[in-house]
Formats: sequence, structure tokens, C-alpha cells
Amino acid sequence: MLKLKKMTLILAGALILTACGSAVKLDDKAPVVDHSAGKADTRTVSTVDTASTDPINDPKGVLAKRSVYFDYDSYAVKSEDKPVVENHAKYLTSNKTRKVVIQGNTDERGGREYNLALGQKRAESVRKSMSLLGVSDSQMEAVSFGKEKPKATGSDEASWAENRRADIVYQ
Amino acid sequence: MKVQSASSLRSLFCFCFLSAFLFAALSMAPARAQLRIEISGVGASQIPIAVAGFADESISPQKITSIIKADLARSGVFRLVDTANVISESSAVNYGEWKAAGADALVIGSVQRLADGRFDVRYRLLDTVKSQPLSALSLLTQPQSLRVTGHKIADDIYEKLTGVKGIFATRIAYVTKAGKGYRLEIADADGEGIQVALRSNEPIISPAWSPEGTKVAYVSFEAKKPVVYVQNLITRKRTVIANYKGSNSAPSWSPDGSRLALALSRDGLTQVYLINADGSGLRRLTNTNSINTEPQFSADGKHIYFTSDRSGSPQIYRMGLNNGDAQRVTFGGNYNISPRVSPDGQSLAYISRREGNFQLYLLDLSSGQEMRLSDTVKDESPSFSPNGKYLMYATESGRRGSLSVVSVDGRIKQRLTTHTGDIREPTWGPFMK
Repeated sequence: MLKLKKMTLILAGALILTACGSAVKLDDKAPVVDHSAGKADTRTVSTVDTASTDPINDPKGVLAKRSVYFDYDSYAVKSEDKPVVENHAKYLTSNKTRKVVIQGNTDERGGREYNLALGQKRAESVRKSMSLLGVSDSQMEAVSFGKEKPKATGSDEASWAENRRADIVYQ
Repeated sequence: MKVQSASSLRSLFCFCFLSAFLFAALSMAPARAQLRIEISGVGASQIPIAVAGFADESISPQKITSIIKADLARSGVFRLVDTANVISESSAVNYGEWKAAGADALVIGSVQRLADGRFDVRYRLLDTVKSQPLSALSLLTQPQSLRVTGHKIADDIYEKLTGVKGIFATRIAYVTKAGKGYRLEIADADGEGIQVALRSNEPIISPAWSPEGTKVAYVSFEAKKPVVYVQNLITRKRTVIANYKGSNSAPSWSPDGSRLALALSRDGLTQVYLINADGSGLRRLTNTNSINTEPQFSADGKHIYFTSDRSGSPQIYRMGLNNGDAQRVTFGGNYNISPRVSPDGQSLAYISRREGNFQLYLLDLSSGQEMRLSDTVKDESPSFSPNGKYLMYATESGRRGSLSVVSVDGRIKQRLTTHTGDIREPTWGPFMK
């Protein structure tokens, strides 16, 4: 007698439990479908970065290249470097509040003061090229480091070539 | 070749040398940063001189006779005769004994301390050949100036025996570079007494002493471009002399200290200008389609020597201050820079590149004869001692920058090194009152 009651209770409990297992069925309303996957949350804030649209900051852009290299005893901008000059000239003529310092350098051979003047010739050569492309004098200054601030410190042809260089530096 | 007049001692001292080689190393026990000086080579004709101990010199914190002996030995012009004697300047001296001991001159003296803390340093110079006194000095000295007093006595000995003013009491200025730090330092001509005038993380080049020896002009890159400053060594006050658009460099003082010549690129190419010592009154001196730089006033203040590549490569030219015409002065080789005129205006020191080597040369301006003065290959920045007898210049030994000194006849050499870093851009200070 008792055994049968127990069995019924257990069976009933199990049935109820299975019924609880499928809660959705208990509620029995139509499921809410979320259509908002394609639409922005109205609480989103997206950042606008004016700098990020300035080409000067694009590490992959043409303006990332800012150095012009020179052969030994040479002070004219080579044809392969003309695009560098042209790109920066174009940027400066379109952004008249931007200023650059053009820094000229030499390799380590020779006297300090004479090399300062030779480095100046390199900076001036780049400055003059940009001036001819329309950049205003007030936006540029050509200075020299001579042999005082070498990028490469070896005494071999590769180091010397790296140091015969003018850099365009934005202020 | 100069032959000195008058006394037999002076005629001994002659710059027509036979060769005699003596190597003496003087190393100073390093206190802080120290300059170490090594000497090589001597004039063949040396004056034998004995320097006796000064009476009571142990009361002085600086051993006066050690300073005197080191100065005389470093000049290459004296041979020190050893003696252990202590002789005060008031003692009687047996000239014959000293002459027999091989000394043609004898130095004696004493040191006394005064009640106010100063020292009275007295000395006498005796000619043992003529058996007579040559000179005597009594120098009242503050304790901090005892080394200068030792140098002044050595200068007096040098001048009385050679007829030429001594440079032992002069100072030098130079630049050191250690890692990313640059310093403009001032030292006594014997490498002692180093003081730092300027510390910077950017290069310093081309220091130039004012004629009275209390100011130094130099080029500093602290503003990320070359700018010419004048610094008063006593007050530390700095004046910007030239910061025009472009590069400003190569300052050189006029002999009266009222103006500087310098090199400016404000008009495109580097040209030589004149400016007043307060930075006013800019006046352009050169106007060619070439680099003109490294101006140097002649000692009479009437000419400027400078480097120009108007001929296609750098050579040295001279121009009068009141007319623009420049005459070319150097013709050997195709690269001559860094002109420095001797105080007497008779010779020109410069750096010449021959077969790729940068070496110190000296040119006789009247005969046009040139003489190579160094055996090293990366020489820079020569500077005459104010008596015109020595040239100091920068060079490289074992990839480190060091300073060298050579007598103008090429015989006497010294090397100055610092124990860390490079030393470069030397400039010899003037005689000071």
C-alpha cells in the first residue's frame, strides 16, 4: 500500500520537475525577438579624432618619409627624393599654419665649422625646392647640425651615407 | 729661426735644434676629472737649471717648487738639474759650485704665512755663469691662488732666460663629451684646476676666449639649432649674440674685445659677418656664391682670415676689414680650413687634408713655406699659445678625442687626455693681468 503511494509521489514529483525544466512552456508567451542587431545603441558614443584624419600622422602615408639623402660632396636634391619634397610642399601649401625646420647633416669627415656650412647647404637645398613649389618662407627654417648629431656612429661607408641627410621636422 | 740677443744663457737657447729625444711622463694623481699630460720630444739645446727647495714651503698647501719644476720640464726648453738643497732667497750662494754641478741657472726662495692668512712667496733667479742675480719677486698670495703664483714664478724664469713671455699661468678652454652630456671646461695650462663653465645635453662647439680672459663665446645647440652665446665666466651671465634665422656659428673676437666676427646662414649660404660684442650693429663682410666661414681676426685687428670654397674647394683667404677684396693664402692641396694667425702675424696654422688625412700645418706668411706639424690623421681646431711658441689642437687616439700640444718648430710634443669621454675644440686663453 505504502509503496504504491511513494511511487506515485515520486512519479508526480518527477513530472512536476520536468514541467519546471521547461519554464518557457509554463509562461507560454510569444518569444521576444531582438531586431536591434543592425541598429546602434542610442547610448553609444563614438570618438571623432581630428588628428587621425591629418595625413601628417599616417605612418603609412607619403608624409611619413621625411629624410632626403645626399651623395658625398653633393648638395642637390636627387630625382629619387623629389617626391618627398613635393609631398611635404603640397601639405604645407594646404596647411599654412604648419611650420617645419629642415635640419641638414654631414658625415663625420672634415672640420666642424666647414661641415656646419655644408650641412646648411643640404638643408637650404631642400628649403629652396619647397619654396619653388609655393611654400611660404615663414613656414620654413633651414638649420644645420653639421657632423654634431650623427644618426649612425660607425666609420664606414654605410654610416657615412646615413648621415649625409636632411630631415624635415614639423614644429 | 730666432736667435736671442745678449746673455750667454740666451744664446744657448736657440730654436735651431739638433735632435735629442727624451720621453717623460707626468701623470697627475686623479682627484676628480683630471687632464693627464704626457710629454715627448725636447729642444736639443736645453738650459740646465737647478730649482732648490724653498725655505718653509711645507707650510703652503701647494708645493711651489713642484709646480715650477713641472712647468719648466713641460716646456721642453730646460733640463732640470737635481738637487736636494733648500735655499732661501736671502742666502748667499756659491755660484762656482753650482756651475760646476752643471747648472747654468739656480732658483731659490721661501714661503711665509702672514697674519691675514695670505702667503708671501719670494724667489730669486741666479745666473751662475755670470755670477749675478737675474730676477727677484715677492708675491703676496691668497691661499686659493698659490698654484698661479708657482706658475708666475715659472713664467718669470722662462722670460728672463729665453726673452719670450711664459705661458705657464695661462688657461685653456675645451669641450668634453661623455655619453649624451657635453661640457665646456676651463683648466690651467698644466691641466689642473678644472672648472665647468657650461653643462648641456646638446653639442657645444667653437669656444673663443675674449681678449681679457673673463668671457668665452661659443656655439650651443641647446635651442635645437646653432646659436652664438657669450658667457661671462665670473658672473655666469649669458648673452645671445646671434640667433638669426638659420645657423649662427664660428665666433672670433676682435683684439680690443669690442666686436666679434661670425658665420651666419641667414641669407642662404653661410657668410662672414661682424657684430658688436653686445649683439648690435650687424654688418655683412663676404658676398660670394660660396661658403665663407671660420673668420679669425689678425692680431692687429686690421684683417680677417677665413675659410672659403669660392675656388671650388675650401681654402684660406685674408681680407682687409675696410675693403672687400680677399686674397687667397693657402695653395697646398685642395682642402685647407680652420685658419689661426700667430700673435706676431708672421705665420698661419691650419688643418689640411692630404690623401684623406686631416693634419696640422704651419705656413710662413712671408715665404709661403708650409710645414706639417703632426703625425696624426684626424686633427682639428688648432690654437696658438699667446706667446706664439706652441699650438694646441684636437686629435684622435684610439677612437677617443684627445688634445695635443706641439712647439711651432715641431720638436716638443705633449698629449692631454681625460680619463672618460672625448675632449675636443681646445682654445688657449690669453695672458691675464
